Amino acid sequence: MFSRLLLIVRRQRTSPGWQNWSSARRSASAAEAHSVALPTQAQVVICGGGIMGTSVAYHLSKMGWKDIVLLEQGRLAAGSTRFCAGILSTARHLTIEQKMADYSNKLYSQLEQETGIQTGYIRTGSISLAQTQDRLISLKRINSRLNVIGIPSEIISPKKVAELHPFLNVHDLVGAMHVPEDAVVSSADVALALASAASQNGVQIYDRTSVLHVMVKKAQVTGVETDKGQIECQYFVNCAGQWAYELGLSNEEPVSIPLHACEHFYLLTRPLETPLQSNTPTIVDADGRIYIRNWQGGILSGGFEKNPKPIFTEGKNQLEIQNLQEDWDHFEPLLSSLLRRMPELETLEIIKLVNCPETFTPDMRCIMGESPTVQGYFVLAGMNSAGLSFGGGAGKYLAEWMVYGYPSENVWELDLKRFGALQSSRTFLRHRVMEVMPLMYDLKVPRWDFQTGRQLRTSPLYDRLDAQGARWMEKHGFERPKYFVPPDKDLLALEQSKTFYKPDWFEIVESEVKCCKEAVCVIDMSSFTKFEITSTGDQALEMLQYLFSNDLDVPVGHIVHTGMLNEGGGYENDCSIARLSKRSFFMISPTDQQVHCWAWLKKHMPEDSNLLLEDVSWKYTALNLIGPRAVDVLSELSYAPMTPDHFPSLFCKEMSVGYANGIRVMSMTHTGEPGFMLYIPIEYALHVYNEVMSVGQKYGIRNAGYYALRSLRIEKFFAFWGQDLNTLTTPLECGRESRVKLEKGMDFIGRDALLQQKQNGVYKRLTMFILDDHDTDLDLWPWWGEPIYRNGQYVGKTTSSAYSYTLERHVCLGFVHNFSEDTGEEQVVTADFINRGEYEIDIAGHRFQAKAKLYPVTSLFTHKRRKDDVELSDLHGK
Amino acid sequence: MPAPTQLFFPLIRNCELSRIYGTACYCHHKHLCCSSPYIPSSRLRYTPHPAYATFCRPKENWWQYTQGRRYSSTPQKFYLTPPQVNSILKANEYSFKVPEFDGKNVSSVLGFDSNQLPANAPIEDRRSAATCLQTRGMLLGVFDGHAGCACSQAVSERLFYYIAVSLLPHETLLEIENAVESGRALLPILQWHKHPNDYFSKEASKLYFNSLRTYWQELIDLNTGESTDIDVKEALINAFKRLDNDISLEAQVGDPNSFLNYLVLRVAFSGATACVAHVDGVDLHVANTGDSRAMLGVQEEDGSWSAVTLSNDHNAQNERELERLKLEHPKNEAKSVVKQDRLLGLLMPFRAFGDVKFKWSIDLQKRVIESGPDQLNDNEYTKFIPPNYHTPPYLTAEPEVTYHRLRPQDKFLVLATDGLWETMHRQDVVRIVGEYLTGMHHQQPIAVGGYKVTLGQMHGLLTERRAKMSSVFEDQNAATHLIRHAVGNNEFGAVDHERLSKMLSLPEELARMYRDDITIIVVQFNSHVVGAYQNQE
Repeated sequence: MFSRLLLIVRRQRTSPGWQNWSSARRSASAAEAHSVALPTQAQVVICGGGIMGTSVAYHLSKMGWKDIVLLEQGRLAAGSTRFCAGILSTARHLTIEQKMADYSNKLYSQLEQETGIQTGYIRTGSISLAQTQDRLISLKRINSRLNVIGIPSEIISPKKVAELHPFLNVHDLVGAMHVPEDAVVSSADVALALASAASQNGVQIYDRTSVLHVMVKKAQVTGVETDKGQIECQYFVNCAGQWAYELGLSNEEPVSIPLHACEHFYLLTRPLETPLQSNTPTIVDADGRIYIRNWQGGILSGGFEKNPKPIFTEGKNQLEIQNLQEDWDHFEPLLSSLLRRMPELETLEIIKLVNCPETFTPDMRCIMGESPTVQGYFVLAGMNSAGLSFGGGAGKYLAEWMVYGYPSENVWELDLKRFGALQSSRTFLRHRVMEVMPLMYDLKVPRWDFQTGRQLRTSPLYDRLDAQGARWMEKHGFERPKYFVPPDKDLLALEQSKTFYKPDWFEIVESEVKCCKEAVCVIDMSSFTKFEITSTGDQALEMLQYLFSNDLDVPVGHIVHTGMLNEGGGYENDCSIARLSKRSFFMISPTDQQVHCWAWLKKHMPEDSNLLLEDVSWKYTALNLIGPRAVDVLSELSYAPMTPDHFPSLFCKEMSVGYANGIRVMSMTHTGEPGFMLYIPIEYALHVYNEVMSVGQKYGIRNAGYYALRSLRIEKFFAFWGQDLNTLTTPLECGRESRVKLEKGMDFIGRDALLQQKQNGVYKRLTMFILDDHDTDLDLWPWWGEPIYRNGQYVGKTTSSAYSYTLERHVCLGFVHNFSEDTGEEQVVTADFINRGEYEIDIAGHRFQAKAKLYPVTSLFTHKRRKDDVELSDLHGK
Repeated sequence: MPAPTQLFFPLIRNCELSRIYGTACYCHHKHLCCSSPYIPSSRLRYTPHPAYATFCRPKENWWQYTQGRRYSSTPQKFYLTPPQVNSILKANEYSFKVPEFDGKNVSSVLGFDSNQLPANAPIEDRRSAATCLQTRGMLLGVFDGHAGCACSQAVSERLFYYIAVSLLPHETLLEIENAVESGRALLPILQWHKHPNDYFSKEASKLYFNSLRTYWQELIDLNTGESTDIDVKEALINAFKRLDNDISLEAQVGDPNSFLNYLVLRVAFSGATACVAHVDGVDLHVANTGDSRAMLGVQEEDGSWSAVTLSNDHNAQNERELERLKLEHPKNEAKSVVKQDRLLGLLMPFRAFGDVKFKWSIDLQKRVIESGPDQLNDNEYTKFIPPNYHTPPYLTAEPEVTYHRLRPQDKFLVLATDGLWETMHRQDVVRIVGEYLTGMHHQQPIAVGGYKVTLGQMHGLLTERRAKMSSVFEDQNAATHLIRHAVGNNEFGAVDHERLSKMLSLPEELARMYRDDITIIVVQFNSHVVGAYQNQE
């Protein structure tokens, strides 16, 4: 098997480039005449011999797993991997993506040495151009983040750009970012090198073998059915690239992997008269929608057009990838852009226009992780045309995930479980990727919402709220109001409101926040994930006690805020649980926890027919009545006393509201403000809403949206799961010792880790920062991911931020680490360490002074907090 | 400028019309600076003296218009913005794409675009398109009404049913008749492809149905059971004649319902020409009555376009028609039967539906009018008997049927009323449609494959192609594109926006002075399918 691989590799070396690849393929197929029988058994079967599959195989085998079979339907390193433009760029928006790309870079640079296979790796550096000030801001933000994780990069002037690259027209530029360590490499050769290294480590590789479907028993992978026979296995890894969606659906119990392919074009030219040097930097002109790299003395240039062409919507095998047509008319805008950027290239001769489909996902982030429905079914696909950049890092994280149960970094942003069944519609995917692909090079501004695939899940009040001026955002397919535009106000068009500065809704949200503080507001929060857990005996309580860190053996009617922790003590979920009766519990989690939390509970639930877990998210509409007058509204509607004496905080009661009976009223608001959450069976939703609004009129009631909620929540230092909290942060690291009952009389997941942490101290601490010298009107607003500096030293990054209308300051939340000055090792972070520092937050290269707080600034809030009102539900991001 | 005309309007009586109109027309002319306004010659004159002839319209309508006028347009409105122009041009556009896989057979018709632009108010042109469900093939037709729209409306609703029934095999007719008899659900005969503005009369539907049923009953009775092959040409001729006969009969018999009674009379006393195409595979039949035209767009091997006329106009420009008329009437009428290029000095088309004034005997006309409703009696036009009216009928609805076997180079068929053909030469029509359709669909993709092409050359080529595309992309409908050219073309054959805007902003009652109603259907053929048919044989 391995000798055949080498044959391919050798052939390629003697005849470099795409053009001669076919000859290599021919001889390769000749060598395959005698086919080798598949093994009947393996620990892991990987489907897909592209860069992802080979990278996973490489890393698994490095970590000591040897019993691995890699199957490829065609030939190794075919598909998108073969056609990839070969640009390795670390200039990414997400830190996790930057880290993956950085790791890949380091891996590829030494691959040739390790395997003896030429990869064509050349460190050329990359230059990202900015034609506008906004683009420059975006680059500066990336630059700040790259620097703090140790990737050298700098913002340079147009003049410097002209020095670095010979042909660029720089007259329309305002600046650029130079990342000197970025590289170009042949992705097909990288995949072959990884495969060869894996093969030496014992991985068995079979090409021309198609996976038909994955065999599953009791929600667990048992084997793989291929066109050449069956293989029993424990783990299956779907690295099938653009076919991953189809392969997922081919299962008896389908695995939804939401991705969709679009045609992608790039141009190859013959060499220049004086051939372009092989270390000429790669150019990314995002405003012009193109990238340009040197290629064999000529150039390779492609881009992400505004009008993408989705492909393979109906599924596989409509067309062979090799036979895709070049479409010059489609490429025309990109060609114009290229000639504008490099006018001297006019005389350069064209070799061809390559059409290589790329795969895109609904949120522009790649997909990795284990299926929520089938254990042992792993996925790594949907690279949004950054497969080469992510290949090494993504393969490493997935291998860690399989071997150790967790990747070494938080990858929730890339986790397959962030999607639900709703994203598996072909129509949705087709429409969404048409929006996503142009977005690759669009400016990424804060609070951006997708426009396609909307209005899928809505509350029954959607039309009512929409008519009252609601502007909507979407989470997990659910429409949620951002804010309500008053009838007399005319907001700027969406395009114009894209800004890194103060947004046009500032005053609108301000008045909503004010109303929450002084009167009463109603927010439709129906998108929350709601589960009911019931049992015939004590099974429900026992299970929850084991899964959750807080003590749930509370009197009926009480609500408990608690974390669902993993073995390492990190948050898998952060939720509120109401005890409805002795044997039933109502669990409220963030919206995007619907799949993840369900999978976690199912995984840990004992097989017991007397224990019932039900997803009731769709059954209830949730209205949040926030504000000091919520009490009055509700007591008027229910003829029941609602004062704290009768209805203490964090309490849950079924009662009637208006004519409707059986409304679950909970005394919490997820903001720290007084008020109530109403969980209303959906058929009553409109009635209750109407009643609340009409009775509330004399108390000054108004609609509010999630932006107001967010501002209220962050100023009270409530962390969001999914943004601030993740699987690697423990309750102790964010000041939530009170929500952990280490001595509740029984063991729970993560207890040992917490005990140890309690003894040793924490290595990072969630801290609230209040920006001091920040001018809300004129300065750039913080978003998230801004580096935090303590006494001039980098200590961490912010995780979320909001403007506090009460403090009249921006508030950022973020983790503070204590890196040793000598070794860079992480050290214990104490309250003293936090308090004794001078802090600065770096927003796009500009540092603002900030005050660090470990607890909310209660004294500044006007209303009195009741003692028992430690109402800290942090169900956010929902 | 319109102010003085408005003042005069209430004073106008019929006989003074043309004089006033002449002035109005002149004024507008000056004001609009149109180089050559289209001075209309209505297809039907009713005032005997040519100098006064312009207009014919039921009186009551006329009043509505003059009244409405007082509150309507002001001169400032003459300049329309491009979006306004587009919304006027596109108001009646309709496109139909034949589904690629309808499960049965691959159609030789890709689809059609149709559109109409009114000059009369209301428009007197009609159009129809339908797929035959019980037989194969597609029917498309344009109908140009005169003396009101009643006849063209009725023909547009009914003619295709008559044709479809004529084409049906005996067994199917029996099946349908049995279904009607026993009150079962009927087999659908036609699948209509209608623009929302194309309406069908609900009130008359029962009446029309009964006439149609009588027709198929006769067809059933006539069937001798031997010939199973239905000749399309014969079917078309029979359907035309039968419908015209039914129109005439319904008017003579009348209807107890006073609304319907008036309706059938209006249908019979107004007239309509018809040009209908039946496409089934490679067999194309065109049945024409009157002066609408069917034009085939043929792409020559060098890519250029040529026009093949598939119908003959039935008017004074057609020698054979003149000959026919002279033969059908006694010698002493030879001079009076066609005068000033009009039938009996009045009617421009020499064949038409309705127009019983040219078909019935004087006695019959008088009897029907006297027994008819008052509105009819009050109408000067209906009471008027054509001069030299000795040997009716002078007019027939019998169509001339042309057969054409489609070839791969036959790319499209244009059916249009004379409103188009008066303003544009057929060669221009075919060229404009041809270039539009190829620009839109058949611009061949570029492939570099082996040639030496530089980036700059490629860029130039692509920019050129895009410029071509964008001018075409303004219209998504070939018929709209053609109307844009028909109305807005300047002397260089290019669309002049200013001219277009002026023409479209003419007040309703003046529009007819500059142009006629235009109705266009452009049928696109599938060359691959047509080619495949050819290869089969």
